[in-house]
Amino acid sequence: MAMLEIRGLRKSFGGVQALAGVDLHVDEGEIVSVIGPNGAGKTSFFNVVTGLFLPDRGDILFEGKSIAGLEASEITKAGIARTFQNVRLFPDMTVLENVMVAQHCRTRSGIFRAILRTPFMRREEAEIEERAREILSFFGSRLVGYRFDQPAMSLSYANRRRLEIARAMATRPKLLLLDEPVAGMNPRETAELTGLIRKLRDEQGFTVVVIEHDMGVVRDVSDRVAVLDHGVKIAEGAYEEVSTNAEVIEAYLGRPAGAGR
Amino acid sequence: MTASAAGAGRYKRRPGWVDAFLWIVRIGALVVLVWGVAGTVVQGIAGEGPTGEAWRDLVVAGIAQGAMYGLIALGYSMVYGVLGFINFAHGEVFMAGGMVGFFVANYLWDIRFWETDFVLSVLLVLVTSILTSALVAVIVERVAYRPLRGSPRLIPLITSIGISFFLQYTFAGLFGVAVKNYPPPPDYMRNRIGILGLQIEVTKLVVIVVGAAAMIGLYLFVEKTRTGRSIRAVAEDKEMAALMGIDVDRTIVATFAVGGAMAGIAGTLWALLFRGVSFITGFLPGIKAFTAAVLGGVGNLTGAMAGGVLLGLFEGVGPQLVLAGFGIPGVSQLKDVVAFTALVLVLIFKPTGLFGERLSAEDRA
Repeated sequence: MAMLEIRGLRKSFGGVQALAGVDLHVDEGEIVSVIGPNGAGKTSFFNVVTGLFLPDRGDILFEGKSIAGLEASEITKAGIARTFQNVRLFPDMTVLENVMVAQHCRTRSGIFRAILRTPFMRREEAEIEERAREILSFFGSRLVGYRFDQPAMSLSYANRRRLEIARAMATRPKLLLLDEPVAGMNPRETAELTGLIRKLRDEQGFTVVVIEHDMGVVRDVSDRVAVLDHGVKIAEGAYEEVSTNAEVIEAYLGRPAGAGR
Repeated sequence: MTASAAGAGRYKRRPGWVDAFLWIVRIGALVVLVWGVAGTVVQGIAGEGPTGEAWRDLVVAGIAQGAMYGLIALGYSMVYGVLGFINFAHGEVFMAGGMVGFFVANYLWDIRFWETDFVLSVLLVLVTSILTSALVAVIVERVAYRPLRGSPRLIPLITSIGISFFLQYTFAGLFGVAVKNYPPPPDYMRNRIGILGLQIEVTKLVVIVVGAAAMIGLYLFVEKTRTGRSIRAVAEDKEMAALMGIDVDRTIVATFAVGGAMAGIAGTLWALLFRGVSFITGFLPGIKAFTAAVLGGVGNLTGAMAGGVLLGLFEGVGPQLVLAGFGIPGVSQLKDVVAFTALVLVLIFKPTGLFGERLSAEDRA
């Protein structure tokens, strides 16, 4: 059984069809890349899967159960987490707090426990802080030590991207959706993050779907590549197959001159 | 306001007559301030005007009043931080606490418990007031603001003005328009005790201590607890908070409940300071607390507390210090003029408030 199964997903904004009937499945333990030219519907796809937008039609099955139409918070609880193309952290909160807040979906203490500071709640707080430190150490020395207590907005761009991944990890997802994780990074940082994406699967056990424009990264990490164009999947398969597919090349580069239909 | 502030930084504008006018206002305000203070000092040297003891009393009274404003201002700031609009019904949330607290106090007086155990009585009134205000705040959120979630900011703002009148006249209809006086406190509340060289009336001391404790409690709640962290996350970016699995609606309810509880505490402090409550009691303190929130930088909790205390001080000391210097009679009745002039001046000199505004991700963009 596929971990994520998408059937005939449609979403339009006014007259624009962002998703025009997308089918996709992701198996447990896979790294699947979603590529396509700008405006192909990749981010809309993530937005619908994570519950930020309601789908117009079609179904989204996660571990066999439909999650279409659920609240974003419930989808997170079900086990899907994501990052954003244009990094969205809580800028005024500290690095550690950003990762702690992400664990709220897995903890139970309500407002009265918070005010009364019951032993249960104190233990829980200590646990999520400990786990936050552990998750941040996944990125080596970059987000640890004095950085724990710095506000997120003071981090460098690349570190903000790393923190966003850490925060997604903290929700204890089964499926991680990464939206252009290396956008704006220099070649060295890109190479480092490519390795990390593989480690997310190999060491942390996450299934990963990644939207990416950097074909080097796509080649290095993907088990499978799906190509979207104008809201439809136009190709799917191993990187080598897809990258030589005529339709894909056309979608990216346009039709060769003189080859009119 | 932010757009124009950002715009001013981005483009070099040629100074126009508005700038000239604002400079005249700035200089004029400084001249009036200096002149008034100088006049008061001259009077003081001549042996007229209030004694040193009276000055210290004004300061203490100002701080006590300011602690109350600060508590109410927190509610404005929290709601603004999370939902981005000014909840003008918050003054009535404060009034509701004081009003219902009165009935408990009155009952305790009737059964003669008020005199035998004043401290416990006040605690009971305090708890009633906190619960009432929190409940009213939560109901208002549920009934009036939640259905408007996602609509332009102006709409809940106008709704809040409507709710404000609705609550005032509901209380007037239920309990009449007459001012209700809390039963008299025992005599020792009017005693003075010496602290840090100041002779402070017990009532004012209690008000200041309770106010400070509540503010510290709220600060710790917002900064150190799980729910506080949710509130900050929702204030910064609601959509993101939802993606983190935070129940945004529940967090907003918690925000209103906590803001309401602070107003409830303020309701009891008001009763200790002034004793009289009526359906209209929420109006002026509400506007003053709003002023305090703007003074400190709306959305910023530290700013709201500091703004409250500062406003109380301006009100308490300002009339005597500045206005009396011009030989104006009966200056203490002009405290509202001083308070609102202070607001106008802060907005001219530092439009984002003394401690800076806290804006959510959407507002920053």
